Amino acid sequence: MERTLKSVRNEYGQTLAELGRINKNIVVLDADLSCSTQTKIFAKEFPDRFFNVGIAEQDLMTTAAGLACTGKIPFVSTFAMFASGRAWDQIRNTICYSDLNVKICATHGGITVGEDGASHQALEDISLMRSIPNMIVIVPADAAETREAVKFAAEYIGAVYIRIARTNLPDIFDDSYKFNLKKAMIVKEGSDLTVITNGETLIEVIDCAENLKKHGINAEVINVPVVKPIDKETIIKSAMKTNRVITVENHSIIGGLGSAVCEVLSENYPVKITRIGTKDEFGQSGNSKELMNFYGLNALQLTKEIIGLIQ
Amino acid sequence: MTAYISDKQIKEIKEASKKLRREILMMIHGAKSGHPGGSLSAVDILNVLFTKCMNNCPDCDKNPDYKNRDRFILSKGHASAALYAVLAHCGYFNENELMTFRRLGSRLQGHPSKKMLNCIEVSTGSLGQGLSIACGMALGLRLDNINSKVYVYMGDGEIEEGNVWEAAMNASSRKLNNIIAFVDRNKLQIDGSTEDIKALGNVKAKFEAFGWEAVEIDGHDEKQIFNAIQKAKESDKPFVIIADTIKGKGVSFMENKAGWHGKAPNDEELKKALEELK
Repeated sequence: MERTLKSVRNEYGQTLAELGRINKNIVVLDADLSCSTQTKIFAKEFPDRFFNVGIAEQDLMTTAAGLACTGKIPFVSTFAMFASGRAWDQIRNTICYSDLNVKICATHGGITVGEDGASHQALEDISLMRSIPNMIVIVPADAAETREAVKFAAEYIGAVYIRIARTNLPDIFDDSYKFNLKKAMIVKEGSDLTVITNGETLIEVIDCAENLKKHGINAEVINVPVVKPIDKETIIKSAMKTNRVITVENHSIIGGLGSAVCEVLSENYPVKITRIGTKDEFGQSGNSKELMNFYGLNALQLTKEIIGLIQ
Repeated sequence: MTAYISDKQIKEIKEASKKLRREILMMIHGAKSGHPGGSLSAVDILNVLFTKCMNNCPDCDKNPDYKNRDRFILSKGHASAALYAVLAHCGYFNENELMTFRRLGSRLQGHPSKKMLNCIEVSTGSLGQGLSIACGMALGLRLDNINSKVYVYMGDGEIEEGNVWEAAMNASSRKLNNIIAFVDRNKLQIDGSTEDIKALGNVKAKFEAFGWEAVEIDGHDEKQIFNAIQKAKESDKPFVIIADTIKGKGVSFMENKAGWHGKAPNDEELKKALEELK
């Protein structure tokens, strides 16, 4: 059955405009990608509170920092590659070290950037952002989670990084979804193994768990939208129950969600963990579906791999 | 704030600057580390700016006028000793605290930290970011109809960073005439002469080409400093003051020596320097 897909970027743009109507301190900055990031929706409604700094991501971050110093709540958008890579020093040394109230909502994270290829596919952004003190890191899985994460960011005082997918995604959650900074979510209970994921791979893991069921494997699926601070308790409890953990992410297996889970479990309850994501390698061009398949991140490939791993 | 500075006032400023130079050297000597060269090239400007030109707020957030204060960003954060000495001189904190500079637990971090010292507007240290932060502050103040100025102090070596020129374009394209920038043109960076390493050439012409109003002054002449800032306040463009300075100014054996960029004087050198600054 074909699912209805929704643009999470559009959801982001609409949510920003909605927040802008409530709070006049919200300002938005972009670096010449306002159509792609959908900040143009806010720009159209609040031209005086929108700043397009041009193709200058370092300037983007430090200008946002200055606005935060005067009590504004800047939302900053560009592609995840340039937000996390090009301007890492500005984020670390100016935004986070000064503990400034800047929200970085980076779109086009992961391999699903597609045809643009490796130069535009951020496979390291979660790793880069997670290592900076004072930074909250969130990877939403659908439109509802994106909307609620962005609303949370507007309320929270401090730096937040939200990775927003380029692709259109099916609804996983309904309007009753509540974002919880401290609590991961058990999407499906199971007893044979734990699969931990977030973002675009959540729907694939949910489908994979259905496939596994047909093979007599009962997987527990945990959605961890907040990679930092990570909910240790839910992860440890599940590992105690299943004694086998697999992480799945649209990101390098170095430094992202998989690494975060390894850190939690190796210190608290060591079990065998397999990290599924892109290996120590760059991506390539292709459409997003082909790439998810090629890098083993769709439900079909995940099912095959997990069956191989646990049998 | 007056638009005029008397000879008597200049004499007082000169005396204070001598005291500030002594403190800077004692702080760096005490910490056995720090940046004397660029602190001594900056201190005359910082002294005039903070004591005669800026609407500053030593009692910080207790002051009802706090939101209307002028902002200051030390983009060349390594000149922190000069900034701390000037802040203490203006009453932001007790001068006794100066000797904790760079020690474990001190509010006076090696490079200014907003987290540790709340009168610091924003943490700096990684070069090239201050001008862009200033643009953000200037935009925020303009949105709130606050007429404060944003002062940002850069080193000349620092403007080799691309982030500076991204910000320079941003400032002029948004007509941020509430920004007043300084370039401390001491012509030296860690590895030697700026002109040998990455020739900066005509800094004034560069800023003008980016849509700024620019003036060149002697950065150790109090009257020129004061007058340039007065002129900057009236400008309808972002304004940069390119200050011809001497790295290590005031200490004969430190002047114009790149080697004194980031080195503490030993006991004997301190004694000699303090003699010269009596």
